[in-house]
Amino acid sequence: MEFINKLSLFLQATVQMGTPILFGTLGGILNEKVGHNNLGVEGMMLMGACVGFMTGYNTGNPVLAVLSAGLAGLIGALIYAIITVTFMGNHIVTGLVLTIFGTGLSNFLGNMKIPVEVMPGFVQEQMYTMLNLPKSVAAPLADFEVPVLCEIPILGKMLFSQSIYVYISIALAIILAVYMNRTRFGLNMRMIGENPGAADASGINITAYKYVHILAGGFLCGMGGAYMSLVYVDRWQENLTGGIGWIAVALVIFATWSPAKAIFGAYFFGAMRALSPQLQNTEIPLIGKINPQFLDMVPYAMTIVVLIFITLRKKKEHQPPAALGTTYFREDR
Amino acid sequence: MIKIQKKQGLKSWQEGLLRVGSIIAALVASGIIIALLGYNPFEVYGAMIKGSLGKPYNIEATIEKCIPLLIMSLGLSIAFKMKFWNIGAEGQFYMGAFGATIVWWYFPTLPSYVLIPLMMLAAIVCGGIVALIPALLKLKLGTNETLVTLMLNYIAIGFITYLANYSPLHEPRTVSQIYRFTDNAMLPEIGVFSSQVKVHIGWIIALVLVVLVFVMMRYSKFGFEISVLGENPDTARYAGMNVAKTLILAVVISGGICGLAGMLQATGPEGRLTYTLSAGLGFTAVITAWLAKLSAPVILVASFLFSVLLQGGSSIGTLTGIPSAVAETIQGIILFFVLAGDFFANYKFVYKRKEKK
Repeated sequence: MEFINKLSLFLQATVQMGTPILFGTLGGILNEKVGHNNLGVEGMMLMGACVGFMTGYNTGNPVLAVLSAGLAGLIGALIYAIITVTFMGNHIVTGLVLTIFGTGLSNFLGNMKIPVEVMPGFVQEQMYTMLNLPKSVAAPLADFEVPVLCEIPILGKMLFSQSIYVYISIALAIILAVYMNRTRFGLNMRMIGENPGAADASGINITAYKYVHILAGGFLCGMGGAYMSLVYVDRWQENLTGGIGWIAVALVIFATWSPAKAIFGAYFFGAMRALSPQLQNTEIPLIGKINPQFLDMVPYAMTIVVLIFITLRKKKEHQPPAALGTTYFREDR
Repeated sequence: MIKIQKKQGLKSWQEGLLRVGSIIAALVASGIIIALLGYNPFEVYGAMIKGSLGKPYNIEATIEKCIPLLIMSLGLSIAFKMKFWNIGAEGQFYMGAFGATIVWWYFPTLPSYVLIPLMMLAAIVCGGIVALIPALLKLKLGTNETLVTLMLNYIAIGFITYLANYSPLHEPRTVSQIYRFTDNAMLPEIGVFSSQVKVHIGWIIALVLVVLVFVMMRYSKFGFEISVLGENPDTARYAGMNVAKTLILAVVISGGICGLAGMLQATGPEGRLTYTLSAGLGFTAVITAWLAKLSAPVILVASFLFSVLLQGGSSIGTLTGIPSAVAETIQGIILFFVLAGDFFANYKFVYKRKEKK
């Protein structure tokens, strides 16, 4: 019984760990499918996490908090898009700069002091890092236990005791999968990632498509960051996302640029993260002690393996977008 | 209607002017942002200059930051010239430092003049091996090297974290620390053009590397082959170059140089191998190498300016009480402006009235 209890909590934690990764990955897929290799995911997630928390604290409104987090990510993506699409800058360098900028800005904003009424009639200046999210924001976003169903052994907690955020992320992944594979817009978008010249010739407005998808990707990254500060810990700390953005970049490849596969990939990587504190001091029969640091490496190592595997199999739908990382200038065709 | 048109490349003085212009515009823009957030931008900039160049020990700290950044940028520039997007400097740096540490671990009593060169060699070899993986994968399978090198960074950092916690290298009764090097493994310090500013000998190695890389890329046959390969692999093949050999060798040299930077950082200012050794400089080096247009002398200037920014930024907090993170924000803004400014070197906006039909 003890073991089953532990297992069900572990599965619940897996999904919780996987959710911000899923958001970042969906954002990354949108970027890479229009041919833009955006390494700024971590930066956009941090901006979202910080701004989402600040808005949540000051307005007490969860919807506004989530939307503003998305907007913060979107603004980061807008800077990226202006430089890489309009000014034709290098994608990798611009993405790295976006991460530096997002990290810096979020740490800076999060360290600002605001007056807080510590006790009735006594106001003190405090930093955002010292504050907790008000109930009105935290409660609607907290884990929602579906009565009866969440009592199902093993799977109950994973499926029926989660934040609404979790269900939104899954819905978004499915919507994106349908959008990319079943709509004309999605087809056009994938064409831009594969062969922008041909897309341009067939009358697709490349610039508009790139902007829309990069910005939408930024919005998702921002929302994913806010999961950390609004749901997962309901506080703001420096570098709160702790490298989740980079795992998301890896997962985009691991999921072979497919939003539907990203769901499972996110939970697999989430499980690795959920497992490592558990394994700190436990002895596993036959294997002995597993070092948590090895688990931290697994997502990245597996991503390389997947990358090798897809290049070996040469299956068309699993390849990276052909125009990934290249800038498109009409007169260069 | 606004249209974008290509134009003739700029002369080098015009390009320099463009750069300076971008940086000034960025400083003005970030000044406005700082002011909007309620701080005095002049105070911030003043503190950054003071904290990085004010006193001899500030200059020492700036140069110490500059050494790894400069060396890694030089290493990366070789691979970038070939359009091989090695963003794995971070991983090569850590594994280089690891190789050096292993040599010291097994031969801790060797005299300095034998041990330190051996450690350097090990660092170059280890950094090179890490870079060899993506190079071979790219050559044999056509795997995207950007993604592989990026992943290898995190694997390397995870590996060092593991060493610091669970391996025999872990120093008992410390929190995730590896044993400190003995004095014979530490780099000696030497004055930088004056006796007041003393920095470990890495600065001499860095300057020598600037010259070596510059000469290699500009005047050697190998450097020429790298450029041709970067411009057009088909041309290189048609001209009878051994593409595979050039690619592998250049990438291994690139990784080896980054590995050397790791060794210098571990045995110089840090004194031990840690999993925060690089402080993200491997990624920063990608940016400096690119913005310096992969030219060694320009990399020297760009790395130094960036170190001023880094060191100045980290001292803002102690000098003014303004959060240090403001410096990272300023860095980001400056880089955004320079990146966007690059556009005007090769393109221009043209205003055209829509023709009436």
